[in-house]
Amino acid sequence: MAFSQLYLWFKGPLGCPGCAFLERGDNTIMRSFLVPTILLATGLAFASPGLAQPAAPAPAASPAAAAAPAAPAPKVADPTLDAAGKPLHTAVPGVGEPVDKAFSLQQQVTPTGQEAHWFHNVILLPLITIISIFVLLLLVWVIIRYRRAANPTPSRTSHNTAIEIVWTLAPVLILVAIAIPSIKLLAAQFKPAPKNAVTLKAIGNQWFWSYEYPDNGNIQLTANMLKEEGQVGKDQRYRTDADGPRLLATDQRVVLPVGVPIRLVTTATDVIHSWAVPAFWIKLDAIPGRLNETSFVIQKEGVYFGQCSELCGARHAYMPIAVEAVSPAKFAQWVASKGGTMPGAAAEPASTTAMGNDATDATANGAMENAPTVDATATPAPSNQPATANPAGAGNTGN
Amino acid sequence: MTDTALPYSAAHDHAHGDHDADHKPSFFARWFMSTNHKDIGTLYLIFAIFAGIIGGAISGIMRAELMQPGIQYLPWWVAKLHGEGTFDEAMHFWNVLITAHGLIMVFFMVMPAMIGGFGNWFVPIMIGAPDMAFPRMNNISFWLTVAGFILLMLSPFVGVGAGTGWTVYAPLSTYGEPGPSVDFAIFSLHLAGAASILGAINFITTIFNMRAPGMTLHKMPLFAWSVLVTAFLLLLALPVLAAAITMLITDRNFGTAFYDPQYGGDPVLYQHLFWFFGHPEVYIMILPGFGIISHIIATFSRKPVFGYLGMAYAMVAIGLVGFVVWAHHMFTTGLPVQVKMYFTAATMVIAVPTGVKIFSWIATMWGGSISFKTPMVWAIGFIFMFTVGGVTGVVLANGGVDDYMQDTYYVVAHFHYVLSLGAVFSLFAGFYYWFPKMTGKMYSELLGQIHFWVFFAGVNLLFFPMHFLGLQGMPRRIPDYTDQYAYWNHTATVGYMIMAAGMAVFFVNVIYSLLAGKKAEANPWGEGATTLEWTLSSPPPFHQFETLPKID
Repeated sequence: MAFSQLYLWFKGPLGCPGCAFLERGDNTIMRSFLVPTILLATGLAFASPGLAQPAAPAPAASPAAAAAPAAPAPKVADPTLDAAGKPLHTAVPGVGEPVDKAFSLQQQVTPTGQEAHWFHNVILLPLITIISIFVLLLLVWVIIRYRRAANPTPSRTSHNTAIEIVWTLAPVLILVAIAIPSIKLLAAQFKPAPKNAVTLKAIGNQWFWSYEYPDNGNIQLTANMLKEEGQVGKDQRYRTDADGPRLLATDQRVVLPVGVPIRLVTTATDVIHSWAVPAFWIKLDAIPGRLNETSFVIQKEGVYFGQCSELCGARHAYMPIAVEAVSPAKFAQWVASKGGTMPGAAAEPASTTAMGNDATDATANGAMENAPTVDATATPAPSNQPATANPAGAGNTGN
Repeated sequence: MTDTALPYSAAHDHAHGDHDADHKPSFFARWFMSTNHKDIGTLYLIFAIFAGIIGGAISGIMRAELMQPGIQYLPWWVAKLHGEGTFDEAMHFWNVLITAHGLIMVFFMVMPAMIGGFGNWFVPIMIGAPDMAFPRMNNISFWLTVAGFILLMLSPFVGVGAGTGWTVYAPLSTYGEPGPSVDFAIFSLHLAGAASILGAINFITTIFNMRAPGMTLHKMPLFAWSVLVTAFLLLLALPVLAAAITMLITDRNFGTAFYDPQYGGDPVLYQHLFWFFGHPEVYIMILPGFGIISHIIATFSRKPVFGYLGMAYAMVAIGLVGFVVWAHHMFTTGLPVQVKMYFTAATMVIAVPTGVKIFSWIATMWGGSISFKTPMVWAIGFIFMFTVGGVTGVVLANGGVDDYMQDTYYVVAHFHYVLSLGAVFSLFAGFYYWFPKMTGKMYSELLGQIHFWVFFAGVNLLFFPMHFLGLQGMPRRIPDYTDQYAYWNHTATVGYMIMAAGMAVFFVNVIYSLLAGKKAEANPWGEGATTLEWTLSSPPPFHQFETLPKID
């Protein structure tokens, strides 16, 4: 196609890492000042969603549509939905979602999450509590002992080298004690995903998340927040308690296998978003023009909720994340139901539960250099369902 | 410390006839063309109080909205301001509120009060100088700040308002929000930044060149030290902000692509530039407070500051290290692991000089003869609240922890403990401490104590539950939250109401004291108050130190 060749010609010399925009069915951010009209013409050509993504599946507005993928796939039932298209797995209160009146961190279901949870609850929290109480006690003591009534004549002491050295070195030692597990935690979080990992690409859009499973036949999902009953039209789906809490439930859940390393890749099509699921101890910014990567292993089946965690405009509060973790077998079935494929039968070894912290040790150190950020120029640009066709995207209010 | 200074009498100067120390210009010339550091300081304080009322009222609107789950008042506000609007406009208005609250409180309340207000008033006096080095530049600084504030206030009326957050992250602030509102907000920052740079040059020059004979740097009062360090932070950090936001302006209006990945730019570049300014900025807001607290603790303990040199160089150390920790604000942006490790370790280093300061304040009180006048209770409140805010800072310093905490209410709780309970407590402490000196009137001790206790209870009820919300994962900057966050949000709003009642007591106190306060002596605090401002009358003569004091 002539236009795409023009586009590639242009993209080459610029070395533009964010040229993903040009594939997007939206010319609102196209500006002609810097780039000559030739590029603008390209952008306008792509502005028609049909032209830009001839093979894009119809946007899934309802679970019924989601269960019937556009491409005629082998008829496998979606194992996460019942016959009526309602989620089979109901969120368990207190797991994967916040708890009212709670004081503490959410329960963790990943090995790094548990390590971090331990680090916070066993090291940091007691330490900062002790330090605060220590300072408070010192203050209370001087307030009582050295009030004017009790000590009318002040001392003139203004130096004591020994104690000054002590209160400089003691914090240093405390901080070293914190730094060691802290650095270890950072290293654990940056273990790159092994070859058999399931790749999930989360794409932030104003204001919904879309997902791709590039290793599973490029399954694509769009997840919109479910509105409340009374906020939607008669035939439209609204949130029920089976879906999850208000503002956290989505019309389509991200389905991921338990015990298998997940490679999470994030990017965005418009402004910066952040993909966060507290129960996984995962928060990774989704930045236009960049691909960020991290990995984690979910250890427990269940439904886990999170929210966009970077201010992204008007409906920043209304782009939740809902992840359903299922057994690898069910995941394979779900992939099949979406018309996707599993990359080879060997993708799910029996010993995957050990993957989280230790099994990847051998590869981790060598590959660490490249792990955290991926050169966006070397990776395929994010494609996405057109935002304009999304029910909760432009034009449709979130509440 | 300057334990001894020549007794200085304003009356003595009257002998000089033409150089009458109390000759004041006409009203307009005095307040609109002022070159007098004390008058400019007063202008800054009035301005900061005014801006603080607006910024505080905005947080009241925010807390009211957050009292219950669901959207309550935002559509009503939008209808009042812009006429009947869409739901999206109401949600955008929320972002306008959080942005305005942050920018006002940082640039137009804390900074003008700390540096412009108390810095202008007391740095020249404390070092025994007649005025600032560049009195006219001082005036420009103030009016640029006012102009910046006016631009920010105009911003929501020339468009839909700037809803970018006070960090103005690209690309939300570039192609994410077209229209003149964001441009106005950015220009407002330009003006405030220019004002601060000019002010910083003024303070550095004044402190280096205009100290009275015998006032060596190592005898200089700690407040002057704190403003000196702050001025260097301003001078080095604000040009970076100016550059960063100028690139925003050109990206927005002139087709450049510094932050636009579409044409080879990078949004994360903006974050690096912003936080290279933004992190020193938090020390700019708290360091003068450290100086104020040192004076108050020493005065009311009737003891010299413990470990004076350690205190001074702890501030220098905080200032230096403050420049090499910026990316701890960006732990989730996909930094390489080694970078995260470095910024984790470097950030924790700041806890060491900060600890030195906390312990030195307590050691100053240790063995003292402490009276609990209003400034002192604020100062003691500061020490404890700042400690609480400091230790949560140590938690957040850990890059691994921020995969959970980043952009949650835990962060909101942390920075309000160090700013709303740290910087603001030190502002109130300084205000009560120097109120007799600045106005010549004593404040009401009873109202001052009530103000402290009500405000203390209010802000703790307001901000402490935010830790719990953050630990449960509640993101910041959202106008509506899932119902499980209801309880602590409700508690926080109740805390806001108590805090607001405390502020009402403050204003009653200020008005009552100005109208009917007892006349203040030159030194109402007794032998503990040793710096030069207490050798002058209350209020000081219009021009002080026409004969320079000598410091032994």
